Amino acid sequence: MSIDRDEVARIAELARLEIPAGQVELLAAQLSQVLDFAAQLHRLDLRGCEPTAFAPAAAPLRDDQPDGRRLGAERALAAAPEGEGGFFLVPPIVENVNP
Amino acid sequence: MSELWKLSAIELAHGVRTGKVTVAAAVESGFEGPAREWESEVHALLASDPKARASGAAAANDGPLRGVPVVVKDNLCTTDYPTTCGSRILEGYRPPYDATVVRRLRAAGAVVSGKGNMDEFAMGSSTEYSAFGPTRNPHDLGRVPGGSSGGPAAAVAYGLVPVALGSDTGGSVRQPAAFCGVLGLKPTYGRLSRYGLVAFGSSLDQVGILARHVSDVATTYAALAGPDPFDATMRLTPAPDVSHWDEGVKGLRFGWPANLWAASVDRELVEGLEESAAYLERAGATKVPFEFMPGEFGVATYYLVATAEASSNLARFDGVRYGFRHPDSDDVRTLYTRSRSAGFGPEVQRRILLGTYALSAGYYDAYYLSAQKARTRIRREYEEAFRRCDLVLMPATPTLPFRLGEKTEDPLAMYLSDIFTIGANLAGIPGLTVPVGLSRSRLPRAVQLLGPEDAEPALLRAARAIEVRGETKHLPSEYEAEFSWPTKR
Repeated sequence: MSIDRDEVARIAELARLEIPAGQVELLAAQLSQVLDFAAQLHRLDLRGCEPTAFAPAAAPLRDDQPDGRRLGAERALAAAPEGEGGFFLVPPIVENVNP
Repeated sequence: MSELWKLSAIELAHGVRTGKVTVAAAVESGFEGPAREWESEVHALLASDPKARASGAAAANDGPLRGVPVVVKDNLCTTDYPTTCGSRILEGYRPPYDATVVRRLRAAGAVVSGKGNMDEFAMGSSTEYSAFGPTRNPHDLGRVPGGSSGGPAAAVAYGLVPVALGSDTGGSVRQPAAFCGVLGLKPTYGRLSRYGLVAFGSSLDQVGILARHVSDVATTYAALAGPDPFDATMRLTPAPDVSHWDEGVKGLRFGWPANLWAASVDRELVEGLEESAAYLERAGATKVPFEFMPGEFGVATYYLVATAEASSNLARFDGVRYGFRHPDSDDVRTLYTRSRSAGFGPEVQRRILLGTYALSAGYYDAYYLSAQKARTRIRREYEEAFRRCDLVLMPATPTLPFRLGEKTEDPLAMYLSDIFTIGANLAGIPGLTVPVGLSRSRLPRAVQLLGPEDAEPALLRAARAIEVRGETKHLPSEYEAEFSWPTKR
């Protein structure tokens, strides 16, 4: 099995997900099954193969100019769970800056 | 004109433009067919609103799709309907803008008549992973419609609309089209704008078209395709001209990689391939048999690339700017973690974890980088194939539609049902699934056509030859096969 319980906890932390204790074992098994399957790539001869990141060869670039569209704070905030005075509201990030 | 819901999009639009049908009647037509009785069981739609339809009808533009109702998959942003991606984390979310393809649909006269159900964030092959309940296959309510665009495919199959839009990251338009017995086009990467399509795997995602008639796929493609300054991955050249979809396949060479279906493809689907090849040959195309092994490593490559990109794209859902926020969080990190854990369903969490692992320090080279290199090899295999032929005829799926619940407990088995469709996404090339009648058990059979970049015109001409069973010389060009809708069971 390529992924154990600790590994599941490590990547869940990175992905900002909380896995209920009762599901860690099952997830470790399911992820391992997929990764063991994916390990067949290691048998491929990939010498001379540059990575393909993108199907078209070059992304077109636009002029670095504003295009005149404006969403506006009111519409941008309309779907926010919490907002105040034109800002998104979140719980405190830094506390006691000036105790 | 009676039974408007049986008409193709271009017939319906013709009826509107010649004054035989009102826009309002055309838009409402689908809700007077089988959908009125069936929709509570099929569950193709996540949202539809008579008021929004009426105001859409009143504002309908003049154009090739005037008055045509279209179901749009729920990961395409619409200002008149919520856009949930089939997820609790976006329940009730209303985008502040229309996706470019939605805007172009409206410009062509079409009216958005509802939002199609889907696997959560397009991650799935059966529409069973929708947070709002599965869609069922109209041909057999015990079976899945395929996925992830199962809602749009079912809506087209049972006459709710003649055309729907989906998205195809690894087969999510073509596989449900096959399972529901309709056409499903995944265009060349960079031909349909993705501005306003909620991103899943950005190097793979394409907006796709589902319809019952080749004419409608071509007309919709022509209305939607082409450069969009709001999507930096678009090709800058004009999209290929598909107006000659009915001009036959004389001289066209189609690849016949019979080794692909020598094992583990349903016998009745192989018969569908043989019939399709006979239709193409009758219409003047030439069969080119050859050995082809695309997708041998495709599924492994795909599930590393797609999950890695998804883990990055879905980082934006954090409970701050839109969507669900967990009510019980004292600090911002807990807010992220709890909102995401309660908002995303199990399959989405599984894929985010897989992608996070494939991108994480120590594993990046072994998994993500290897997958990107394998992808180059797959692209070369397709390029090699298209040196011998203009397009390839192959299966769309290994099986007929499977039963609800059959694969939900086994992620790998679900992933392997995409084996014939993911190659087109990895290579950036177009693919089209074409229905070829029903199996003996009365389930839809389909084949798939793949072509090199910008081969949409050839794919549509070949699909037309199959649609008219090779009778390209003896049928009038406006011939349309009558829509044979499923019977309820």
